Amino acid sequence: MSALNRARDARDARDWDRRSVLRAVGGAAALGGLAACGSNTGRAGGDGKSIKQMYHAYGEQGTQQAAKKFADAYSKAKVTIEWVPGEYESKLATSLLGSGRPDVFEYHPDLQLVRSKQIVPLDDIIADVKDDFLPEDLTANSVDGKIYGIRMIDDPQFFFYRKSLFEDAGVKPPTTFDELIDAAHKLTKGKVKGLYIGQNLKTISKPLVWSNGTHYLTEDHKIAYHTDELEETLTKARELYKSKSLLLGAPTETWDPTSFVQGLCAIQWCGIWAIPAIQKAFGDDFGIFPFPKSGKKGRPVVYNGGWSTYVSAKAKDVDGAKDFVKWLWIEQKKYQQEWALDYGFHIPARKSIAAGADKLKGGVAAEAVELFNSHGIFDDPYWTEGMFNIVLDAVVNSVRDSKNPGAELDKADKKIERELKKLG
Amino acid sequence: MATTTPTQSAAPGPASPRKAAPTGRRLRGLGGSRGRALNFWLFTGPFLIGLIVFVYVPIGWSLWLSLYNAKGTVAPTEFVGLANYADMLSDGDFVDSLINFTIFAAIIVPITYALSLALALLVHRIRFMKAFFRSVFFLPTACSFVVASLVWKMSMFNGLHYGMVNTGLSWFGVDSVAWLASPHPPWYWLVICTARLWLQCGFYMILFLAALQNIPRELYEAAAVDGAKSGWQTFRHITLPQLRATSVAVVLLLLIAAYQAFDEFYNILDEGRATWGRPPLVELYLQALGANQDYGHASAGALILALLIAMVTLAQGKFLGLGRGDDK
Repeated sequence: MSALNRARDARDARDWDRRSVLRAVGGAAALGGLAACGSNTGRAGGDGKSIKQMYHAYGEQGTQQAAKKFADAYSKAKVTIEWVPGEYESKLATSLLGSGRPDVFEYHPDLQLVRSKQIVPLDDIIADVKDDFLPEDLTANSVDGKIYGIRMIDDPQFFFYRKSLFEDAGVKPPTTFDELIDAAHKLTKGKVKGLYIGQNLKTISKPLVWSNGTHYLTEDHKIAYHTDELEETLTKARELYKSKSLLLGAPTETWDPTSFVQGLCAIQWCGIWAIPAIQKAFGDDFGIFPFPKSGKKGRPVVYNGGWSTYVSAKAKDVDGAKDFVKWLWIEQKKYQQEWALDYGFHIPARKSIAAGADKLKGGVAAEAVELFNSHGIFDDPYWTEGMFNIVLDAVVNSVRDSKNPGAELDKADKKIERELKKLG
Repeated sequence: MATTTPTQSAAPGPASPRKAAPTGRRLRGLGGSRGRALNFWLFTGPFLIGLIVFVYVPIGWSLWLSLYNAKGTVAPTEFVGLANYADMLSDGDFVDSLINFTIFAAIIVPITYALSLALALLVHRIRFMKAFFRSVFFLPTACSFVVASLVWKMSMFNGLHYGMVNTGLSWFGVDSVAWLASPHPPWYWLVICTARLWLQCGFYMILFLAALQNIPRELYEAAAVDGAKSGWQTFRHITLPQLRATSVAVVLLLLIAAYQAFDEFYNILDEGRATWGRPPLVELYLQALGANQDYGHASAGALILALLIAMVTLAQGKFLGLGRGDDK
């Protein structure tokens, strides 16, 4: 081999080495990047002493800071808060199956979570204080005799109305669905619409069904919602929807009192949490009434919504997560009171705290508590979010899309039967 | 790879290298082919791993899930065979969503095609501020579909009297329209289609613009010599045939994009709560990632949809000649 060839070979070899090394480093970096994608779980630490807690985004100012304050005050583990704006149910359902799942989260009672073994029973941590919770709140969180959720707050939902507008139009708070429709027509003047029940009908669909005197399911978990009365109510609701008396196209749904506060409507469906904001806007010029009865067997209805806290069965440290839940939602009564009363109004789930809730003892807030007790209907854990969505679709198709309510409910029945069979 | 090959395989020596160093060349040849293989894997490896991990594994997993009762779990145990497929095909909602897609595609594909081609022709012919107009029309492409959807829903097509379009209508004495409240009349198509046109026309305009710049000027000169009038005649007989390959690609991309429509439907139509405007992906999203957590049915639906997209793509390739080149 000539000196020239040797020199070139040596140079080529050196080049190859340098290039290869660079490429190898680049490749490794890319692989590292991919690996990093999989490990970004959002967990605070790897020592088993970290807890991830998930909340939906409460609208009231100060709630997120309060949740963080409670988390920071817990000494046995580092608690991180995930605050979820938008569609909380979907985000939670997805998160529970992924690696970034929460250890502790708030939700509504749901059989689906129990059957798919995504939550654990909490009987042991609630046992000592069971009597301090409303029996209905315990039942709403119980499946097969076990309690899976600790109620945090109760949120009754009802109609708000402007007293002055009612007086001007000569209208009294309606006691039947027909009267509600009539009031909506009479109260519609200029740019003020008579009634706002939301655009997607999600929150109104439950009282719409219950006001006919029925529940979604019978006590032995068979279909109960599909009655002739409901079909008739949906037909009437469709006529109301087509009339110009409903507020349509508002930017926020009924959980937000903005449409009512801005004077876009005379009546709006909302909840107890909105009382401070509405009071601030209208002083005493507003009142509340339940969803009026519909049909012959009807009854006035208040939806006793609210939030409960659950522990994921796949939490990194299930016992540690349960300890945290016990600490926050059983032992820390001061925080529970702050959560229920300091940022918007909610009825504290603990009887002992509710008894001392002075803010709920006068005016419209007291009326709300009374409606909660007299006409409130709680969620049924056997009626899952999935089933709720199926019937909601039937309601939406009937009311917004003018389809035949009977046919739509028949279609829903088939799907619900399939769900009931699956969940057992 | 192409850049490294000459250095390693050709390596011509100045003084008869074949005879001078046979052993060395054999070794270097081996080293070269090993090097090529190494280079190949280093370059394609990360992409390939990404493709396998993020595309093929999920597809395989979906296939597996679609054969099981996967309610609330991605590691199911109850085998149900093809029942999920049968359910999805007999489920009115999923089939309706496919019909919805067809309507959507029938509206959006030709309009986007025509509008982006028109924009490209305008920008191509303009003599001043060409770069400015190109950027202005292309800019919306950089906007997120979600953001645009929310602007369209909450500002432009807000159903209240102070919504932008309603304010405009009120100047002519027209009552406020609740654009998204009901499918009768189907105003929601106007909202969705205008949002999508605004978002994607610029991108396809750029594709057409690139193709327009590749058409040889001589063709137009020759046509002019032969007496062709510039305008519709040259557009019909020179420009359009020359854009054949790009047109096929654009139509194909538009069709796939229409099949994959999600963001604007989901966000404009009440986060999937409106029952009448659900394209396939929103329907599947609600099945799987909503509170339903029904991964079995959703996976079956996803595979049916994937199969449909593949069939349409192949059929389109066959009939319109995708990839056959544009010089014919």
